[in-house]
Amino acid sequence: MATTLAKAAEGTAVEQTHAARIEHVSKSFSGPAGTQLVLDDVSLDVAPGEFVTLLGASGCGKSTLLNLVAGLDRPTQGSIATPGGRPALMFQEHALFPWLTAGKNIELALRLRGLPRAERRPEAERLLELVRLGGAYGKRVHELSGGMRQRVALARALAQDSQLLLMDEPFAALDAITRDVLHGELTRVWEETNLSVLFVTHNVREAVRLAQRVVLLSSRPGRVAKEWTVDIAQPRRIEDADVAELSLEITDHLRGEIRRHGQH
Amino acid sequence: MASTDTATTVRKDDLAGLEAGLDALDAVELRRTPVREVLLKKVLPPSLAVLLVLAVWQLLVSAKVTEETKLPAPSAVWDGLADMWLQGTLLDVIWTSVSRGLSGFLLALAIGTPLGLLVARVKFVRAAIGPILSGLQSLPSVAWVPPAVLWFGLNDAMMYTVILLGAVPSIANGLVSGVDQVPPLFLRAGRTLGATGLKGTWHVVLPAALPGYLAGLKQGWAFSWRSLMAAEIIASSPDLGLGLGQLLENGRNNIDLPGVFLAILLILVVGIAIDLLIFSPLERWVLRSRGLLVK
Repeated sequence: MATTLAKAAEGTAVEQTHAARIEHVSKSFSGPAGTQLVLDDVSLDVAPGEFVTLLGASGCGKSTLLNLVAGLDRPTQGSIATPGGRPALMFQEHALFPWLTAGKNIELALRLRGLPRAERRPEAERLLELVRLGGAYGKRVHELSGGMRQRVALARALAQDSQLLLMDEPFAALDAITRDVLHGELTRVWEETNLSVLFVTHNVREAVRLAQRVVLLSSRPGRVAKEWTVDIAQPRRIEDADVAELSLEITDHLRGEIRRHGQH
Repeated sequence: MASTDTATTVRKDDLAGLEAGLDALDAVELRRTPVREVLLKKVLPPSLAVLLVLAVWQLLVSAKVTEETKLPAPSAVWDGLADMWLQGTLLDVIWTSVSRGLSGFLLALAIGTPLGLLVARVKFVRAAIGPILSGLQSLPSVAWVPPAVLWFGLNDAMMYTVILLGAVPSIANGLVSGVDQVPPLFLRAGRTLGATGLKGTWHVVLPAALPGYLAGLKQGWAFSWRSLMAAEIIASSPDLGLGLGQLLENGRNNIDLPGVFLAILLILVVGIAIDLLIFSPLERWVLRSRGLLVK
């Protein structure tokens, strides 16, 4: 009997076929130059536990799309569903609160999630351990390096215990060595949790290095132009030959998309 | 198969080591300033400036630039101070004004803070009273003394009214500009963490606005002190007890220029002391804890 119940519970968990479902989403902004269509009929699913990168040149509306999924803005048309609750969001800037220590930043997320006071500190320390910053609990934000700040930001995003993590070019402002290390960290954390990730970037190699699936958006308006499944085993490195090969193919497509805009 | 496994572990360990190395290289070194340096850079220059002013003052007196009734010697002012100290009235006089000023300031704080928050967060309230609030800052608070006397008579209520009308706009405006300067990124980050509405105000907006708020408090104290002195000078009455403002006014009535100088110096020193003892450390602590204090 118990096993049937467990199976049934498992069944409902399996039935959830997506961490995010974006259906026919359009978004336009009205400005001084009239209404501008930023996203045009974008449909995209992120499966539970899947790592998807959204790739595109500037003006493809990838950050707009992320804001829509995060619930910070509403689509003009279409619908967005995130069955796992409010998604966590990481920005290009760490967005940590400078009046709190690294640990307290994480505890604030835990508190807003409703975790009882007594459980917050141990959970915050566990999350810091997860991003390998065990000793940083009492550190102020300005005492941390850029890479450490983004790792605390990652821990804070994980503290929301959301099934979906949205990342808006989180490593764009870091130096190349630190970025490589953080790619490794993110892959490791993603493998250790059952998190779904929707990662926005304009860096093709980064997209291939991290994702199981790369989605290319066209620019002005943003549409899904093409998708690639990345069948390269993790841990990958950004210098790997197969990463480079796929990057080359995707870059050619991206350049094609960009060239179209110079023709009229 | 086994070889891939080893390769994986090697890579993972490599990552941890690399990360530890990066963290160590990037760690920000924080250093506390030694006492000697503080004395040399922070205490010495203002002390020299004060000594210079005293020296010039004494020089002018010795050179007999003007009659002694118009420019008393520093020693005469010092004697007046020593007299008050020996009679035991010095601390009483200071305390009468300081306690009035501080309680008035605390009252202004209790009124100005919610008012500022309301103006900052509610568009209608801002449109309605925002301009009046900033306009009130440029109205000299001494202008409120006559109506306050007519409303309340010569008593403490009148003093507090004048202080409040001077300090509340400063405190409220400081909070408003503090809230306006909160980086939008913090608000977005707060919202994705679930800090919306009152929770957002408490956990994100208020702490983020703290530096601007503190600047407002500092200015609010300066306005409290100035308003109080104006009130004490204009509305002196034996019922009110002897404060620094009355001391100044008494000096004028008795044509006692050393006494007038002494009163002015005491008012100045108390104003500076409160700022140095309360507001500056508070401000420095807030800025330093956020890494905003540039050496």
